[in-house]
Order: sequence, then structure tokens, then C-alpha cells
Amino acid sequence: MSRPFIPKVVTANALLEGDVVYLTADDRWTRHHHEAELIEDEAHGQLRLIFATAQKGVVVGAYLADARPGANGPEPIHFREVFRTRGPSNYRHGKQEVAAR
Amino acid sequence: MYRYNDFDEAFVRTRVAQFSQQVARRIDGSLTEDEFRPLRLMNGLYLQLHAYMLRVAIPYGTLDSRKMRQLAMIAERWDKGYGHFTTRQNIQFNWPKLQDVPEILSALADVEMHAIQTSGNCVRNVTADHFAGAAADEIEDPRPVAELLRQWSTDHPEFQFLPRKFKIAITGSPNDRAVTKAHDIGLRMVRNEAGEPGFEVIVGGGLGRTPMIGHVVREFLPKADLLPYVEAILSIYNELGRRDNKFKARIKILVHETGRDEIARLVEERFEETRAEFAGTDQALLAEIERAFAPPAFRVAPTDAFDAFYKADPVFRAWADTNLAPHRAEGYAIVTISLKAHGATPGDATAEQMRLIADLAETHGHDEIRISHEQNVILPHVHKSDLPAIHAALSRAGLATANVGLISDIIACPGMDYCALATARSIPVAQEIATRFEDLKLEHEIGPLKLKISGCINACGHHHVGHIGILGLDRAGVENYQITLGGDHTETAAIGEKTGPGFAYDEIVPAIERIVRAYLEVRSEPAETFLETLRRVGHGPFKAALYDAEGTKDAA
Repeated sequence: MSRPFIPKVVTANALLEGDVVYLTADDRWTRHHHEAELIEDEAHGQLRLIFATAQKGVVVGAYLADARPGANGPEPIHFREVFRTRGPSNYRHGKQEVAAR
Repeated sequence: MYRYNDFDEAFVRTRVAQFSQQVARRIDGSLTEDEFRPLRLMNGLYLQLHAYMLRVAIPYGTLDSRKMRQLAMIAERWDKGYGHFTTRQNIQFNWPKLQDVPEILSALADVEMHAIQTSGNCVRNVTADHFAGAAADEIEDPRPVAELLRQWSTDHPEFQFLPRKFKIAITGSPNDRAVTKAHDIGLRMVRNEAGEPGFEVIVGGGLGRTPMIGHVVREFLPKADLLPYVEAILSIYNELGRRDNKFKARIKILVHETGRDEIARLVEERFEETRAEFAGTDQALLAEIERAFAPPAFRVAPTDAFDAFYKADPVFRAWADTNLAPHRAEGYAIVTISLKAHGATPGDATAEQMRLIADLAETHGHDEIRISHEQNVILPHVHKSDLPAIHAALSRAGLATANVGLISDIIACPGMDYCALATARSIPVAQEIATRFEDLKLEHEIGPLKLKISGCINACGHHHVGHIGILGLDRAGVENYQITLGGDHTETAAIGEKTGPGFAYDEIVPAIERIVRAYLEVRSEPAETFLETLRRVGHGPFKAALYDAEGTKDAA
């Protein structure tokens, strides 16, 4: 019996800045995980990854990351993806710095 | 210090111009990421977890004030106001934007620096004893040889696509501060029976997934034969090293699978073929380089001011006892500036701190600076009469932490806070351990203890050779930390042994405290170091402290 599909988001890094970005349902790239499209179908996930990977002039290294539905939108599951949503532990840099402005 | 000649200058400028065009072509879409990636890596530009990262070489860890000020300028203008000094004597900028990197490389070229070969399967930054040219125990300054190796290996057409990356470390002292036994090639200067200096050549050391202590393939190699001999080793490795499996591609695996004796035989055979091709040209070049590393004009002056301060000021005395090392010149000391203030990120320096260090080097240190593999900064040549002023200036800048060689002087890789390869965080663990032992006011009582933390199996934090090593891993989606004990990075190098199951993030600091308290209980006397105690009593008391304690949570 095949394992149940864990929902995903498409994530990557922005080409120019290197920032962590997520693909939205309306084909935009957002810096905010909760705005990402939560993909609940495996085949749809593969199509969305192909779409993201084709955007070579915008993002780098697109992949599917496990996520779950939350009160305000998708939430990351693995701790690595949690860190990617906020930035490093030692300074309020990256997304934390932007959020503090 | 070595200064670029016309060739060096033209070479680096050409690379900057080439990479500037490559970046422009990547941004306008002419190059895909698959095409661009190897080009950016050849220029030290990585894409990490949150941003790009630029790794800049500091050959054999040597800088002057001009270079340090330029690094400070780069940190402020194109990054977030700080840089991270690494265990390979490089500096990493964690937040550059892609389009700014050509300008950064141009600014580096202005001060004779670059990021070439800080990535890729080539000979990486040649590292050296951070006390080189200053240490009282030194046979000779190893940096001219390191510079010769740098020039020889830079863009060497045969060695740009080795089976894997290749790291060379060199020391001119019998006391190994360069971790030579854990490098692909380690070079330890020794004297033969006639008193002539030469090198003990060690091959096949390395940490990472399969940690190994290197084997001595030549007990004494005359200095004049060094370059052809190193070329012979690289040549054999390039020919026979495994390319079928990335995890078995380092020379340590070749040495392990082929055997030390057979590797030594092959190298000697190739060396005999290679030697004639050098025909002394390398020796002429080495002689020219050696002139650039002439020692500064050490001054002769009284040290009364130092002696008076030492007696009168306990804070200064604690710093002097911990952070100074013996210098070869009368009246001088080597100053280690700790980048490990309790709770700070190991190896990080702000632009302001970099400028202060540059000022101190220029005013009091014959304009010389070193970066240690232990992520600290060294002023190698300081007259003792200047030490009170230096200490005062460092204190004002938060750089006078008296903890060099103690438990809070932790090596820590960037870990999952920055690195795309990491499997767990290192930095906050280091910060919390340092803070814990500062709160306990125990670290001076504990004495010399090397604690090293890596955030993944690649072991950039050298955890295998830490007296206490910590390896961060991903266990079923949570951070988990394995402990090793008994590692040693010196001339008596050893790989630490795993204690048992790992610990969860919130359990690792208490676990380290239990190990240390066990040491304080079982040591024979305060002068017996942690490593000496461990070697005398074995792992039993430490394992008991780790795993038998009531309430210990095994997260593995």
C-alpha cells in the first residue's frame, strides 16, 4: 500500500537576492510561507515543480517541501523549513530583519 | 608579507572581469543555473540556506591592516556589517547579493585578495600555524612555503578537477597548531640529524564522514624537494583517486584502500620522475618569496609597564595568562584576540571590530594579523610594553574575553543557521554552552579544554578532534546531538570516540555540563587536564555521567 501523500509547498531561492521564496496559487513568488499554495495532490505537485523549475531567470533550486495546513495558511513541518521561514538563530537577519522594519 | 607581482595582479583582475561577465549573463538569462553554478563556485560564491555566501581566501591566515580594513568595508557596504572567520582561515560573507559580487571581488583585488579556489575539487586555501613567524618553538616560518604552494596550485591545469577537494596544512613548529594530521597533506617542519630543516610529510588525514589520521609517507623531506614531492602526491591522487563515489573520493580513502606503503612507493616513484622538471626554478621563486616574509625589525625596550600592570590588575593578568603565547623575540608576545565572547557567534567580527584590530596591528603589531583555524584573530608581534594599551582598547570593543583554549573558546561551523548542507544548528549550541559555563564561573577552574561543534557529518567544526566533540544530526525530523570524547588536533592527534546515543537540542548543554562535572570529580589534581584525565580513567565515568544520571532524556 502506498504511503499517503504529505502536502507540499514549492520553495526556492530568489536568483538576485538568494532569499527563500514560495510559489503561490496564482503563480507569484512570495517571501511568506503562509501565502504559498498548499499542494495536496502528488501529480499537481510535480506540475507545479516543473512550472517553478522553468523560471530560471527568477529563482534557483526549486523543490517540494512538506507542509501542513494552519490557521493562516500552510505551515512548515521539518525544522529546516521552519528555519528557512525566519532566518538564522544568532541575528535578526534575513526574513526577521525585513519583518522588523 | 608577500605582495602581488604583475602576474598575480593581472591574473586576479582577469578573473574578476570574467566573473563579472558571467554574472551579467546569468542575470540576463544567457546562462542557466546549471551552467552558472560551476562558474560561481570557482569564484567562491555559494547559495546557502537564506542567501548567497561568498568565501574569501586568507592564504595561510595572514593579513595586514589594509586587507582587514577592506574586509570591514565590504562587510558594511555589501553585507550586514560583519564577517565570519572559518576553520580554514577564510572569511565568509553571509548576505551578498548576486549582482554585487563582481564589485566585491574587485574590491578584494584592490588589496591583493580573491575568492579563487575556495570551492571546487581543487587545492583549497593552504593553511598554516597561526603563530607562524612568531612562535618561540618554531624551527622556521612556514609561510614562504605555503605561499609557494599557493602560487603553484592556483589554476594548476592538472589539478583543477581532482576527484575531490584537497587541503594542505603546514607548520614550522614541532607543536602542531595547524591540525596537520587531519589534512589531505600535512607538512610538519622537522630537523634531520645534520640539523637541516625539512618536512615530515603526512598524507591521507581528514575528518568528515570517514575521519582518519594521516600517515607519514616521508619522515624527512629536504625543503628543496617539497614542490616536486607534493606534485607527485597530487598526481598519484588525481590518477588513482575514486571518482565513482563522492563519499569515497578523498585521498584518505585511497590511502586506506591502497595501503600506506604502496602509496608511499607510488609517490616516491612519481617523485623521481617529477623532480627533474622543477630544476631549481621553484627554489629561485622560494628565495624571492622568503625575502617578502623577512621578520619585522623587533624593537628592544623595557617591559616594566607590562610587569607593573600584570601585578596590579587582575583582569589584565587573567587575560595575559590566557590569551598570550611565547614569542621568539625578547620582550615580545603573541596576542590571541578571542572572537568567542560568551554568548557571541564563534568566529564573527563586526566591521568596527575588524577596523580596531587593523588599527592595533598598525600601531602596536608591525602591521601583521593572523586568523587561526580556531576562529580567533592573532596579533603575532606585540611588544609587551604595548599590551596594557591593547588590552584596554580590546576591552572597549568587547574583544578582551580571557578564554583562549578554555571551554568557551569553541569552534563551531555555521550549521543549519546558514549552511545548506547542515543537518542541525551549531551556533546556538555553542552560544548556550559558553553562556552556561560563564554563569557557573567554572571555565578557568576547568582549564584547557577543546570543545568543537559541527552541524553535519562533513565536520567543518572539527568535532572529531575536539576533546569534547558535538555532531548535530537530523534524527526523525528533530535536531539531535552526538557526543565524542578524546579527540586531539595536535601532534598527538586522535579521533574522538562516540559516547552513545545522542541528545535532543534542549538536553545537549546539560549533558556537556555533566561531562565537565565528572571531570572535575575524577581528575587527580587541578593541573591534570581534561584530556589527560580521560586518557587515564577512560570513558567510563563520563558515560556514567551522561547516561546514568536521573532524568536523562535519550532522544536518539
